[in-house]
Amino acid sequence: MMMTGARIVVESLVEQGVDTVFGYPGGTVLNIYDELFKNSDRIRHILTAHEQGAAHAADGYARSTGRPGVVIATSGPGATNLVTGIATAYMDSSPLVAITGNVPNHLLGKDSFQEVDITGVTMPITKHNFIVKDVARLGEVLRQAFDIACSGRPGPVLVDIPKDVTAALADWSPGAPRARTGSLFAPKLPRCLDDSEVEEAALIIKASRMPLIYAGGGVIAAGASAELTLLAERLHAPVAISLMGHGAIPSRHPLCTGMIGMHGTKASNMAVGKADLIIAIGARFSDRVVSNASRFAKGGRILHIDIDPAEINKNVAGCRYLIGDLAEILRRLLKLVAAREGSDWNGDIEDWKRVQPPSHSRARAELHPRGIMEDLHARIGDDAFITTEVGQHQMWTAQFYPFTRPRSFISSGGLGTMGFGTGASIGVQIAHPGSRVAHIAGDGSFRMNCAELATISHYRLPILIIVMNNGTLGMVRQWQRMFYEGRFAETTLDRPPDFVKLADAYGIPAWRVSDSPEFRSAVDAALASGGPALVECRIDIDEAVLPMVPSGRALEEQILEERED
Amino acid sequence: MDRFVLSALVQNHAGVLSRVAGLFSRRGYNIESLTVGETEDPSLSRMTIAVRGDDAILEQIQKQLEKLVEVAAVRRLDPDSSVLRELALIKVDATQESRSGVIQIADIFRARVVDVCAECLTLEITGDQNKVDSLIALLKPYGIRELARTGLSALERGPVSLPLILSLI
Repeated sequence: MMMTGARIVVESLVEQGVDTVFGYPGGTVLNIYDELFKNSDRIRHILTAHEQGAAHAADGYARSTGRPGVVIATSGPGATNLVTGIATAYMDSSPLVAITGNVPNHLLGKDSFQEVDITGVTMPITKHNFIVKDVARLGEVLRQAFDIACSGRPGPVLVDIPKDVTAALADWSPGAPRARTGSLFAPKLPRCLDDSEVEEAALIIKASRMPLIYAGGGVIAAGASAELTLLAERLHAPVAISLMGHGAIPSRHPLCTGMIGMHGTKASNMAVGKADLIIAIGARFSDRVVSNASRFAKGGRILHIDIDPAEINKNVAGCRYLIGDLAEILRRLLKLVAAREGSDWNGDIEDWKRVQPPSHSRARAELHPRGIMEDLHARIGDDAFITTEVGQHQMWTAQFYPFTRPRSFISSGGLGTMGFGTGASIGVQIAHPGSRVAHIAGDGSFRMNCAELATISHYRLPILIIVMNNGTLGMVRQWQRMFYEGRFAETTLDRPPDFVKLADAYGIPAWRVSDSPEFRSAVDAALASGGPALVECRIDIDEAVLPMVPSGRALEEQILEERED
Repeated sequence: MDRFVLSALVQNHAGVLSRVAGLFSRRGYNIESLTVGETEDPSLSRMTIAVRGDDAILEQIQKQLEKLVEVAAVRRLDPDSSVLRELALIKVDATQESRSGVIQIADIFRARVVDVCAECLTLEITGDQNKVDSLIALLKPYGIRELARTGLSALERGPVSLPLILSLI
């Protein structure tokens, strides 16, 4: 059937099962928006305040559902405003499809108004990208884009479409939502493992006496949480999780030792040094986990299970490995490994687990991070989604909030994008209209994209925003206090806005609280309102994230307490 | 650090070269040379990439290249079982007195004289890198005015071929 490029975009989205897109209109996407307008009964468009917010929203949608998130922006600044969002999705392997307009073909390369080479700009931060100069290719490219974004290790894909292509006519008919298979350039998937490879891995596991599982975001992406938990229980093996691994196994599962790495627990960080086998599952040995690669896991060998061959031996060398779909590999391993009883190893783990990070480092404040997390969880329950920004509040959330299921903790891990969470919370809430979403932010991060309050307000998204306001860029201040003799260069945020008044300007009810009883009643009132709400928590400017491993040190050398002076 | 030669079959269209080059600079791999040209199948190009590094770096380079959507296959070439060739054009000073000396050296290397003028001549040489390097070293005392090298192109010896390997996957 002959149709315009713009119509092909809409039909392709419908073909992919997309019912919601996030974006911001502009000159070169006028034709696409015109089609979206005509097809608003088939695809819902969420208009954000800024393209970056739209990209994070689409990312949040993708992370919380496992389905691709779609963002649309115009050429030039619209496209470059997506860049941070795309890079964020890339670092955390989130399936995002970004569609940008560009100037018409005949104006490309002439420094035309709002022209930017967005495929050039996003080359290092996309799994793949396309510029479609011929409308005849558009349908196939869009199928490929979704296929690439979702297959193997997921990631963002950008499709750039010159404006004349959206107006030109081509034949399009519905087809299989996936690109052609068997093509030389179809997404490369790992080959099926031989039984002997899995058996060898099982022998390595059987030979270990003190195994530690190190689980990352790949477990969640692969939908392998159940298999991970089964394997841990079968082996009676402790499970340390990376930041992105939160939710892969319930935080309060008896075998979960919590986060590993720079702000990891004593149990996870000690275990990694003592274990005779580390089974890394869907994790990439990031520098924030490993700290010092030459001193990481010196007690034993590493069995690395991942879908991406390039992760093997990238950051930590000498690993045995299995490459492929995690759920399938774990199911095959489960058939080969026998159940074990707990041992002295589990006793050691329990001893380390008793060493908890202090609930707070500052005696004088009356509202503490751990209390905020526990009170919040008690009120919104296990079915809620939690989004965060980046910094101290993010680490406190990871340390103290008990997650019970995959895809419930939505946070920017790899890129560490301040400003991610406000946009992401929109995407999560849109994807899960019946669930509670709490967005936990710091005052610094929240400022970055607080214009999205307009979006939250307009769509009446019942997001509960918790701003942990310590009047500083707390994580940077912590480093300045610990390593720069207290020279607080440009980290003190002693300036507007008044967050309660800001929320009010957007028609969002808000509370400012400074002790636990106030916090609890504000959260109760916010939840009872049924709409968006903001609770500003005044916390101490020098509250620290502990434990902490200074960069470059071995994980066992963590600082557990900071002296108050 | 050793030199390794990788041969890659890639999609033959604009943008692939910058993707590959971008990957190398972004990840800090050292390219010694990179050549690219169409293959017997016009939809494919072959890239021959000479890199310096150790085994671990090479393993990473190969895997990162294989992740690129437009890269169909990557193979590490063993220099002993491959033909490695480079072409160089060398413009060297050649006066009345020195010309015969230059031509003698060229003859030993089976280099061809492709241009000549009163003060200089241009030689064309094909060979592996060592051969080209040796010729350049010998010509240096005469005075090299300009030099252009293509970088390595390579194929495995014998019946094996990348397209054949691909068809078996």
